Amino acid sequence: MSATHECAGCPVASLPVVGPHHRLVGLVGPPNSGKSTLFNRLTGLRQKVANYPGVTVEERRGRARLDSDTEVVLIDLPGVYSLTPRSEDERVTRDVLAGEMEGQRRPDAILLILDSTNLKRHLVLAAPVLALGLPTLVVLNMADELESRGGSVDPAALAGQLGAPVALVSASKGEGIQTVLDFLDGAVGVPRAMDLPTLADIPRCRQWAVGVGDRAGYAAPAPPLWTRRLDAVFLHPVAGPLVFLAVVVAVFQTIFSAARPLMDLVDAGIRASGAWVGALLPASALRSLLVEGVWGGVGSVLVFLPQILLLFLFIGLLEDSGYLARAALIADRTMRKAGLQGKSFLPLLSAYACAVPAVLAARTIENKRDRIATILIAPFMTCSARLPVYTLIIAAFIPERPILGPFLGTRAAAMLGLYLLGFLAAFGTARLLKSSVLKSDGSPFLLEMPPYRRPTLRQVVLRMYDRSKIFLRRAGTVILGVAIVLWVLAHLPLSAGQMPAIGNSVAGTLGRALEPLVRPLGFDWRIAIGLVTSLAAREVIVGTLGTLYGMDAGAGTAGLQTALRHDLTPGGAVALLVFFAFAMQCLSTVAVVRRETGGWRWPAIQFAYMGLLAYSGAFVANRVVTMLLS
Amino acid sequence: MLRLSLNGNEHRVTLKNPVKISSTLADLRPGQSGTLTTLDLPAGDAQRLMELGFLPGSVIVAARSAPGGDPRVYRVEGTEFALRGDTARQIHVDASTVARAAEEDR
Repeated sequence: MSATHECAGCPVASLPVVGPHHRLVGLVGPPNSGKSTLFNRLTGLRQKVANYPGVTVEERRGRARLDSDTEVVLIDLPGVYSLTPRSEDERVTRDVLAGEMEGQRRPDAILLILDSTNLKRHLVLAAPVLALGLPTLVVLNMADELESRGGSVDPAALAGQLGAPVALVSASKGEGIQTVLDFLDGAVGVPRAMDLPTLADIPRCRQWAVGVGDRAGYAAPAPPLWTRRLDAVFLHPVAGPLVFLAVVVAVFQTIFSAARPLMDLVDAGIRASGAWVGALLPASALRSLLVEGVWGGVGSVLVFLPQILLLFLFIGLLEDSGYLARAALIADRTMRKAGLQGKSFLPLLSAYACAVPAVLAARTIENKRDRIATILIAPFMTCSARLPVYTLIIAAFIPERPILGPFLGTRAAAMLGLYLLGFLAAFGTARLLKSSVLKSDGSPFLLEMPPYRRPTLRQVVLRMYDRSKIFLRRAGTVILGVAIVLWVLAHLPLSAGQMPAIGNSVAGTLGRALEPLVRPLGFDWRIAIGLVTSLAAREVIVGTLGTLYGMDAGAGTAGLQTALRHDLTPGGAVALLVFFAFAMQCLSTVAVVRRETGGWRWPAIQFAYMGLLAYSGAFVANRVVTMLLS
Repeated sequence: MLRLSLNGNEHRVTLKNPVKISSTLADLRPGQSGTLTTLDLPAGDAQRLMELGFLPGSVIVAARSAPGGDPRVYRVEGTEFALRGDTARQIHVDASTVARAAEEDR
C-alpha cells in the first residue's frame, strides 16, 4: 500500500497536545465499514469499554502506540449512516464530534472510515464530517476487496476532491496501517474549506458524493460473486431454514456437550485450589470465609467461563462471516410473532447458556424498544445455572419411565417441559411488553446484508477476550460481594466463639422468618434459605441444601435426593421447579441489565415481574399437583 | 409488463385494470428491478432510507428473501438491505420501469 495521499494546498497544522492529555482521535464510519476492525488493529488489547453517561450506547476507547513512542487515545464511535441525530447512536457520535458530550473532550482529529467497495454510498457521510473542520484522515477500508473485485479509485484525486488526506487500507489484513499511524503521529492537514452539501438535502448530498467519486476515478467493484452463490444456498426457501437449524443445533451442542469436560476441569481446578488454600490455613472463620465464601462463590461463576468463551467464539464467527444477518433475516418472521425482530434471535439463543452474555449481545439491536424488550425476556430462557437445580429435583421426585419407548423418558420429558415453560413465559412477556409499554414506534425494520467475509482469528479472539472480561468483571464482582455477604449470614452470630450451625445462623433465622411466605408454595425454611442464597447464582441452592442437610459437597446428590423426598411434597417439588423457571434468581444479570439499560428502572421492574410470576406460578403448581395426587 | 416498459407512461391510463400494475417494492418479483419514485413513509424514516440510497430515481433490485417472502432483500447500488413487506409496500416504483434486472444484478 502506498503512503497517505495528501491534498495539495491543504493548510497543515500539528495536532495539538493539550497539557497532560494525550491526543484524542475519534473513529467515525457507517456500520459495516470495518471501523471496529481498524480500531482493534490500532489498539490491540489496550482497550476499555464503558457506557456513555445516561445512554445505553457503548463507549470504546483504546490506546495506540506510535513510532515516536507517544500514545494517542482512540474512541471507536458508534457506527452511523449520517450525523442527523435520529437514534441514540447517532446522537452520541454527533455530540462527541461537536464537543457537546458531557465529560468528554472534543476529539483533536478524526479517522473517517469508509468502505471502498461501497464508496459512493459511504461518501455521503464525508460531507458532514469534513464540515466539522477537524483534522481528518479519510480511510478507504477493504482496499484488498476493492482490488480483487476489479474496482479502483485514485486516492490522490479523491484527496483533492475532499480537501483532506486519503489512505487506502485493509484493516483485516493489516495493509496500510502504517499510513494511519503516521497520520496520528505527524502534522496533519485541517480539511480545506470546501463547498459541502448539508445532509438535510439528501439528494444533493448524494449527487455530490457521486460527483466526487466520478472525479476521483472511482470504478465500483463487480458484485461479490461468492456472496451471491452462498446466498443462493443460505437464503434458499428449503435449504436456508435447514442450514439455519443446523447452525442453531451446532451452537447448542457445542455450548452444552463440548463445554462440559472443560467446565468439569475448571470445577476440579477450583476445588483443588480451594482445598490447597484450606490446608495451608488453620481451621478458623477466616479459612471458612476464604474457602467456602470467596472460593466457592467465585468458582460458581468461573465454572461457566468455558461455555461463555465458546458462545462468544460462535457469536464472533457468525457476526464476522456475515451469516448472522442472514440468520436474523430468517428468524424475523418467527420473532415478529412475539412482537420482536430478527436481531433478537441471537441474544435469545445465547440466553440458553447464560443471560449475562445474552444481555450484552442485545447491543446489536439498534431499535431501543426492541433491545429493552429482548433484554427483559432473556432471563426466562433456560440458562445452564438452572440445570443443576432441575436435575436434582427431577431425579429426586420423578421416577424414570419410558413415554415413547427408548426415545423419551419421563425425566427427559420433564426437562423439556421446563425449557418449554421458560420459552412460553418469554414469548408471552414479549407480546405483553410490545403491545404496551414497549410498543414499536413504527420505525421500519432495516437490516444491512454485508457480503460474506472470512472471519479473522485476531478479530474473533479479541472479541472473546473483551466480552469475557466484561462477564468476569460484572458477574465476578457481584458474586464476590454476594458470596461474602451470604457467608457472613450463614456463619453469624458466633455463640461462645463458635460458628453456629446454619440453621441457627442469621440465614437460618431469615429462612424461618420467610417460611410463612413460602409455605403456600410447599416450601419449608430450608428451601427458603436456598432461595435467598441462590440469588448469587441459581445453582448455589444445591450447595446450600447440601450444607443444610449436612451432606458433604463431594458426596454427590444421592443423599440429598433422599433427604429432599422426606421434606418436600411432590407439589412443593413441582412448585420449586416452576419457581426456578420464572424467578430472576441471579444478581449478576440484574447488575448487567442495569448497566445495559442505563439505570435501575428496568432491572427493578424485571426482578419484580419475574418474582411475582414465579410466586404465583409456584403457588398454582403446588395446589394443582397436590390436588391431583390426593 | 414488457409492453408497458416499451411504450412508456401514457399507456398506463389506457389499461383497464391499473390495480394490477406493479407499483411498490413489495410487488417486484425476485430478479426484477424498478426505479423508485416516492417513499410514502414518515419523514424521519424516509430520510433514513434515502441516506442508504433508497432515493427517488434510484434503481432498486429485488433479491432473495426469508422463507415465505418476508422480509425481502433489496439491492441498491451494490449494497443489500432487507425490508419487511409493510415498509416495502410504502415505497413506490415507476411501474413502466419494472423489468428484469441486468444479469450481474440478479
